[in-house]
Amino acid sequence: MDLGLTETQQMLRTSARTFLEAECPTTHVREMELDDRGFSPDIWQKMAAQGWLGLTIPEAYGGAELEFIDLVILLEEMGRYMLPSPFFSTTVLSSLAIMESGDHQQKEEYLTRIAAGQIIVAMAITEPSATWDCSGIQLTAELDGSKYNLSGTKLFVSDGNVADYILVAARTGSETTDISLFILPTQSEGINQTQLKTIASDNQSAFTFENVKVSKVNLLGKENNSWPIIQKIIQWGAIGKCAEMTGGGQKVLDMTVEYAKQRTQFGRPIGSFQAIQHHCANMATDVETAKFITYKAAWTLTQDLNADKEVAMAKAWVSDSYGRVCALAHQSHGAIGFTKEHDLQLYSRRAKAAELAFGDSDFHLENVAPLIGLSPNNPRDSR
Amino acid sequence: MDFQFDHSDREFRSEIADFVDNELPWNWKEYDLDPDDEDTYDLVYTFRKKLSKKGWLTMAWPEEYGGQSASHIRQLVFNEEMAYRGIPAGDPGVRMVGPILMLYGTEEQKQEFLPKIANAEINWSQGYSEPDSGSDLASLQTKAIEDGDDFVINGSKIWNSAHVSSDWMFMLARTDQEAPKHRGISFLLAPMNSKGVTVDKIPMMWDAYRSLVTFDNVRVPKRNLVGEQNRGWYVGATLLDFERSGVDRPARAKRVLEDLIEYCKTHYRNGYPLADDLNIRHRLSKFAVQIETARLMCYNVAWMQSQGLVPNMEASINKTFGTEMINQIYTFGMKVMGLYGQLDPESKWAPFKGRLENSYLRSFGSLVAAGTSEIQRNVIATRGLGLPRG
Repeated sequence: MDLGLTETQQMLRTSARTFLEAECPTTHVREMELDDRGFSPDIWQKMAAQGWLGLTIPEAYGGAELEFIDLVILLEEMGRYMLPSPFFSTTVLSSLAIMESGDHQQKEEYLTRIAAGQIIVAMAITEPSATWDCSGIQLTAELDGSKYNLSGTKLFVSDGNVADYILVAARTGSETTDISLFILPTQSEGINQTQLKTIASDNQSAFTFENVKVSKVNLLGKENNSWPIIQKIIQWGAIGKCAEMTGGGQKVLDMTVEYAKQRTQFGRPIGSFQAIQHHCANMATDVETAKFITYKAAWTLTQDLNADKEVAMAKAWVSDSYGRVCALAHQSHGAIGFTKEHDLQLYSRRAKAAELAFGDSDFHLENVAPLIGLSPNNPRDSR
Repeated sequence: MDFQFDHSDREFRSEIADFVDNELPWNWKEYDLDPDDEDTYDLVYTFRKKLSKKGWLTMAWPEEYGGQSASHIRQLVFNEEMAYRGIPAGDPGVRMVGPILMLYGTEEQKQEFLPKIANAEINWSQGYSEPDSGSDLASLQTKAIEDGDDFVINGSKIWNSAHVSSDWMFMLARTDQEAPKHRGISFLLAPMNSKGVTVDKIPMMWDAYRSLVTFDNVRVPKRNLVGEQNRGWYVGATLLDFERSGVDRPARAKRVLEDLIEYCKTHYRNGYPLADDLNIRHRLSKFAVQIETARLMCYNVAWMQSQGLVPNMEASINKTFGTEMINQIYTFGMKVMGLYGQLDPESKWAPFKGRLENSYLRSFGSLVAAGTSEIQRNVIATRGLGLPRG
């Protein structure tokens, strides 16, 4: 057992902090909340130069060939600095999906360009059903001669506003799990994108597909065979979000402790009052707990072991614990923490978005249930 | 990062399981073994002797004192497996008195006590808390006044286990009445059969006792002073380099949760198993998540120790998180049992032979024992996060 960071991870963390401290002050985060693109192409190119965009992509395709757990260390820092960028969609979700199920030609075509910072790729799984179950995927892809015909709606697609390509989960058969993955240009005929205004100002989109024609080379993996890979994408996404929340939580705690030392009421720093001390102690507890349950899941995924239980436990826990951290931070800051001018609200709005992404605690507790000996299906469904 | 235990530790884990299955009576699962409870006392101490024979009791001790210098991770495995099986394998002699003597004891003290502790021949009780000194322990008032070759002790020590055949007490007593409160305390070993010692049993709201020990002009020879006179606070507060992750809490909780899951699957309400109730289902799942979270934090503390790092805030976090979690699990367990939850262990109707009812009551005690949740949070905030003291 070794719960420490490797030398590579240490370096990655240090260089990420240095980079983000310089490039991503909260003034930048605020600016990007109002920006149409929502990210800085300049910083994006610097991230490519840092080797981040191809962090887990094989060297053969221009990447750094590090592991998922290394990505998690980097995401922690991005969560701490709230870096606005299509990194999560492109490097975490899409590149891992392409690595897992693309053929050599597809890898050559997409991965090399992702690593080089030439293309942005969005992942479109969820729909108006807003569930993470395969039954929620209703967008259809019907084979018509040599082409597929895509029709339906995708909702809550992160970075859809700036994506060059979009990965689409579509229904291709009659069985519930007959799902396939397609990759196509967002500029394809019949695709319509509209931006959603969201709690975290985080550039999510709605996409409608009206008879969008794609050829078989746009199919990623085998037809009707992509539900397992989409489940993996959801797992990577869930743990990636846990990492962002862990980094954010640590920063929120740091900010609160700092404020409690400086803010004076009744002639003494409020941090000397037990009420505030205990809020901070509870926050520290939630931050500590989030770290290890996240690392364990990340490690299990990295080992390519079955991580169903670890992922469900981590996302079930961190989704709620980060919310508690932010709530206590607000309570300790008093009114100033609710103002737009204060940075705390930037974190607490993102905490809600991250909680919902890739399944909230209820969703994941339901996944935990059969793994601790309870019946496999939600009994509510069978009644 | 690697969350996997190495091969030898995994083998050790199964060796423990085999040993326990062979050495404990077949129905051990029906008991909550409690070293402070007279009913299960014999079982606990007989087993402790067996652990001693096996060399496991003092596995954490250095080899020169008959131990195995077991790694922190090895100790973690042992403590986790024992606690999961509900066996109180920790002995204050082994965990506290022995190591303190190794650090501060005279050669004579080491000769006299260490072998007996290792062979599970002495039972110790802890003389720290007093009726008027709980969370503010350093305000303790029990006096030890020098008189010839002896200290003469007057005062009282409370919440200890002196009623279950305690042979010796390791205690803190005030030897300098004028000095600032932390600097006038000494660490002493007192034989409980001394003249002037009275032990009064205090019945607790759960099925056990604690003791109030009164010292009335009790003479303890000066050779029983451990460490320097008036430096006892620091001797008693020595951070011993033992596995102190608190892994016993999630391990115990895991067994309780397994029992509750089984109960909810086999007991019906309105024609459906309790486990089919969405609320109950999610509560059980959430406890499983909490237990896993707690377990990993404990692993982290043991790992930190194995790296020579000193856990501080982490140990306090684990104490509050673990004890509060267990209290919540029992509270939930009582709720799902409904009217049956209130039955005493004697009742033939009592689920789990009433074990849960008793443990539920006792779980409130653990929120207070060994530093209340509030004191732990003060420690996290001031020592851990650097907030100013109140």
